[in-house]
Amino acid sequence: MMAFFDTDLGIVILTLLKSLALIVPLLIGVAYLTYAERKVMGAIQLRKGPNIVGPFGLAQPFADALKMMFKETIIPAGSDRILFMMAPMITFGLAVVAWAVIPVNDHWAIANINVGILYLLAISSLGVYGIIIAGWASNSKYAFLGAMRSAAQMVSYEVSMGFVIVTVLICVGSLNLNDIVMAQRHIWFAIPLFPMFVVFFISGLAETNRAPFDLAEGETEIVAGFFVEYSAMSFALFFLGEYANMILISATTTILFLGGWLSPIPFAPFIWVPGVIWFLLKLFACLFVFIWVRATFPRYRYDQLMALGWKVFLPLSLGYLVLVAGVLEVFGWLPNA
Amino acid sequence: MSMRLDRAARGLLMTELVSGMALTLRTFFKPKVTLNYPFEKNPISPRFKGEHALRRYPNGEERCIACKLCEAVCPAQAITIEAEPRDDGSRRTTRYDIDMTKCIFCGLCEEACPVDAIVEGPNFEFATETREELMYNKAKLLANGDRWEPELAKRLELDAPYR
Repeated sequence: MMAFFDTDLGIVILTLLKSLALIVPLLIGVAYLTYAERKVMGAIQLRKGPNIVGPFGLAQPFADALKMMFKETIIPAGSDRILFMMAPMITFGLAVVAWAVIPVNDHWAIANINVGILYLLAISSLGVYGIIIAGWASNSKYAFLGAMRSAAQMVSYEVSMGFVIVTVLICVGSLNLNDIVMAQRHIWFAIPLFPMFVVFFISGLAETNRAPFDLAEGETEIVAGFFVEYSAMSFALFFLGEYANMILISATTTILFLGGWLSPIPFAPFIWVPGVIWFLLKLFACLFVFIWVRATFPRYRYDQLMALGWKVFLPLSLGYLVLVAGVLEVFGWLPNA
Repeated sequence: MSMRLDRAARGLLMTELVSGMALTLRTFFKPKVTLNYPFEKNPISPRFKGEHALRRYPNGEERCIACKLCEAVCPAQAITIEAEPRDDGSRRTTRYDIDMTKCIFCGLCEEACPVDAIVEGPNFEFATETREELMYNKAKLLANGDRWEPELAKRLELDAPYR
């Protein structure tokens, strides 16, 4: 049996099975993230949230999914039909594709490649295409404004995000996500690199266009931003993509700063718990903060957003990078030195 | 100088943001105020002005004497009344319509009524699927009266000391 999985065909089938084993839980996770968001935000606003469909409203995501499927897909007359339909697919596709390199346990990644973190950065940079194309192809001023904002925002925050990642990388000495987690056996990077952790998380909020940086959507000023013209499943794909990206950023945060699948308490009963459980717990904690932040802060003004990205985060992350590099060099802690 | 330093430190340490997050986390654990609407309902004041009804006397005779005061007072002109003497000589309406899409639920019709015939009841769940269903006629209003009479009487009794 194992011999079969070493043949070319076997490897293809095995990879397909692995992908399926990742994507199905991911999509269910996305569905329940929307539910969790409504529940958590409800609780914070002293409401109960969805509680009618199924016990505790647990069937709500499926009810919503069904509703979306039965709605009519409206394609505006002035739009570029092909690009218009492609944009949500790109957004959703990229959000799923990025998961290929995420290790949920030791070596449990579909592709354990040596430049995993670069791959993640590249994919998240491509994400802006889906939004720009959506804004352009809709041929609507609100969509266009939303796309412009979103593009500028994602590009700006990627810079400081890049510096944060570099800070982690000089502490690890490898671009492999598995190695990055293993380098945190003794101490999670969230502790020595705490300011970077915060910068990364906030940049993550901006990167996924989440509140308080949801200017691309900006319901109160530009209706729904880049996806005003979308309906039914094409809208659902944007929605799924946004939430999959949220989970992705949380997973990246977990891997870079919170020790991935490593147990937080490194002795007896806790190290027996499978790494996936720890990984998921950390992931859920990150996602909770995502929702918590959305329920707490009002939306940034556009110039404030840019000022934060370029005038605070960029110097801060650059300065901390230099500081960390200096400390590592002076004390001779550089890996692979 | 020290003030600017103070502000910079506050900004960098995000004290305001953290205290804001702490506040929302506290409310996260507070008891919820949601009313499970179709299953739970808020108590309604006796003065609540809901769906209209035409009442009857205990012997079954309709109260309305077709004085048309309600029609005259109605600021939205939602009420239309036609009347002629009945065979026994008493004056009754032949037509009593309320256009519920025009009604503003001000309650002036029941204030104007000398015989407590037209009243606004406690019912507010009378949404319909078509607009036509909201053009109430006399039969519908009398049926409402028969349906809600116990509560209508109770309501008038509770509100009587204030009139």
